[in-house]
Amino acid sequence: MSAADDTVMAGNALTDPGATGFLQRFEGLRARLPGQRLPWLAARREAAAEAFRAQGFPTRRVEAWKYTDLAPLTQAGFGEALTSVDGALTLPRAAAPRRVVFVDGRFRPDLSDAEAPVRSLAEHLGAAEGLFGSLARTEDLPLVALNTAMFEDGALIDLAAGEDGGVVELLHVTLADRPVAVHPRHLVRLGAGAKLVLIERNWGHGESRYLNSPVLEFEVAADAHVTHARLQQEGKAGIHLSTVFARVAEGGTYDSFLLHAGAKLARSEAHVTLAGPRAAAHLNGAQLLSDGQHGDCTTFLEHAAPDCPSRQTVKTVLAGKSRGVFQGKILVDQIAQRTDGYQMNQALLLSDQAEIDSKPQLEIYADDVRCSHGATVGELDEDQVFYMRSRGIPEDTARSLLIEAFLQEAVEGVTDETARAALAEAVSGWWEKVA
Amino acid sequence: MLKIEGLTAEVEGKEILKGIDLEVPTGEIHAIMGPNGSGKSTLSYVLSGREGYEITGGSATFNGQDLLAMEPEERAAAGLFLAFQYPVELPGVGNANFLRTALNAIRRGKGESELDAMQFLKLARERMKALSMPEDMLKRGVNVGFSGGEKKRNEVLQMALLNPSLAILDETDSGLDIDALKIVAEGVNAMRGPNFSSLVITHYQRLLDYIVPDRVHVLMNGRIVQSGGPELAKQLEASGYNSVQAA
Repeated sequence: MSAADDTVMAGNALTDPGATGFLQRFEGLRARLPGQRLPWLAARREAAAEAFRAQGFPTRRVEAWKYTDLAPLTQAGFGEALTSVDGALTLPRAAAPRRVVFVDGRFRPDLSDAEAPVRSLAEHLGAAEGLFGSLARTEDLPLVALNTAMFEDGALIDLAAGEDGGVVELLHVTLADRPVAVHPRHLVRLGAGAKLVLIERNWGHGESRYLNSPVLEFEVAADAHVTHARLQQEGKAGIHLSTVFARVAEGGTYDSFLLHAGAKLARSEAHVTLAGPRAAAHLNGAQLLSDGQHGDCTTFLEHAAPDCPSRQTVKTVLAGKSRGVFQGKILVDQIAQRTDGYQMNQALLLSDQAEIDSKPQLEIYADDVRCSHGATVGELDEDQVFYMRSRGIPEDTARSLLIEAFLQEAVEGVTDETARAALAEAVSGWWEKVA
Repeated sequence: MLKIEGLTAEVEGKEILKGIDLEVPTGEIHAIMGPNGSGKSTLSYVLSGREGYEITGGSATFNGQDLLAMEPEERAAAGLFLAFQYPVELPGVGNANFLRTALNAIRRGKGESELDAMQFLKLARERMKALSMPEDMLKRGVNVGFSGGEKKRNEVLQMALLNPSLAILDETDSGLDIDALKIVAEGVNAMRGPNFSSLVITHYQRLLDYIVPDRVHVLMNGRIVQSGGPELAKQLEASGYNSVQAA
């Protein structure tokens, strides 16, 4: 039931021009980065820069990066985001009644709803000391190290015990009129019994290549419940590399859904620990990849306490010459008796030039465990397409309805209506735009 | 209305239709009867435009249009409907969404306004009531978990909503008990009129007790070998297809 878990250090930073460029930027920026007068943070940044220097960007020699090549990132130079000049900025329609907006990694109070329970991290770093980096590891995750060194701002959401944060959209816009690199850092803490629905949207505005590499940390206390719907809708030439950490205490729930719809190259990594009895995690997702896109959904889920359920359904639709990756590891510690784990990943290939790589991994040390997993790869059923066409439904609409039906099982797992509607809208009509 | 001349077609290099000549005038219902493997289903699929059938000769026109040159959805928009012998299940596609998408596609093709969700529901409920269909069938996935009879009734519901001028019923009677058969037949009979034609394909005479055809054609080995009035169906029922072969 177990598979080897190889963690290999890349260790080639000195020959890696991409990493060198980022390190030079850090040298140039460090005095101006927020929180430089806070000794704990300055020290963290320095240590993180050192960790990034030691590791460099991951290469495909690293087991966890076997299917995703960051060469497009390391071969290109990226610059600072300028102080925003965005008079012509048009934002996408809000997905929730309350929205906060970040542009190029910086909080924009002028575009944000003041009622939302979200503060600017850069302006409240003092309040973030106990939370910042409490989950995010830098020693074996170079992208997290880079973010820790370079972040300029992000959202700070700190809900007291019993507080209901409601439904909040966290919109990050990258202007992408030039090749910028941004590293937002979002921190979320829910006190015991608190509730939050967070619709995190990463959206590209412009045609240029760019890098958006956010890191999010979720501390979910006992009996707290967070829904985290992620909509990755980056620009066509964007690179999106995100890492989410969540630790869930007794009886709490981290209920997440990841949608990869944009970007040329995207990888979203989730590291979730079920730390107390009856903590629950949902790591569902969908990837819609058209010609030239690469999408990688990678998750590490640790059952570190007994009686915890986890559910994961990830669906990938691939068109044209696209490539999809699913890597899902479930680690069940010896203490985690009566774990109830379910993992399913399914791919729908719409083209014979598309490729899906799927790597489920179960590593189980407890003996009383129910863990099931499965993977399928299929194509659209032409009998179904014909049946719909024979009813007058145009071929592209028929295919589109069948693709949405394929995704539905994953999307309908999102219990919050607003979040589900936002996802459904992002998914709707995808094929008709692509075809 | 429908005019087929010398139609030949192959499946995977094997000739199935070997020269079909058939004319269904407007307002008439014609039955095609034949034993298994005679080409009945192939004929219905060729007429509705399913892929995998190579037309090697002949023609089929529908109201003067070259049917064989049209896409399946264009044929549907032009007024052709095929009730499937084995209706296809569409898990995850809601029946209501499916029916409304189809109806609006066809209405668009006719230059009519599209129905919104409320207008559609009102219409669908009326039609479903006439077919004794439970309303929750609208909420379910298309044909998913439907019994054989429910699937066939769903076919007739689609026909009633899409209001075609020519309906091909491909062994709609197969797998139906007598009550479901009557309901389905009533659904077809309700559409009878000067602007509706139908091609009823069946193996057995039973369905033709309830949908009385104007003409009956016997299809054997890829050709129409005999045509006659409704009495021909009864004759076949009594003496079997072998008697025709002998003739």
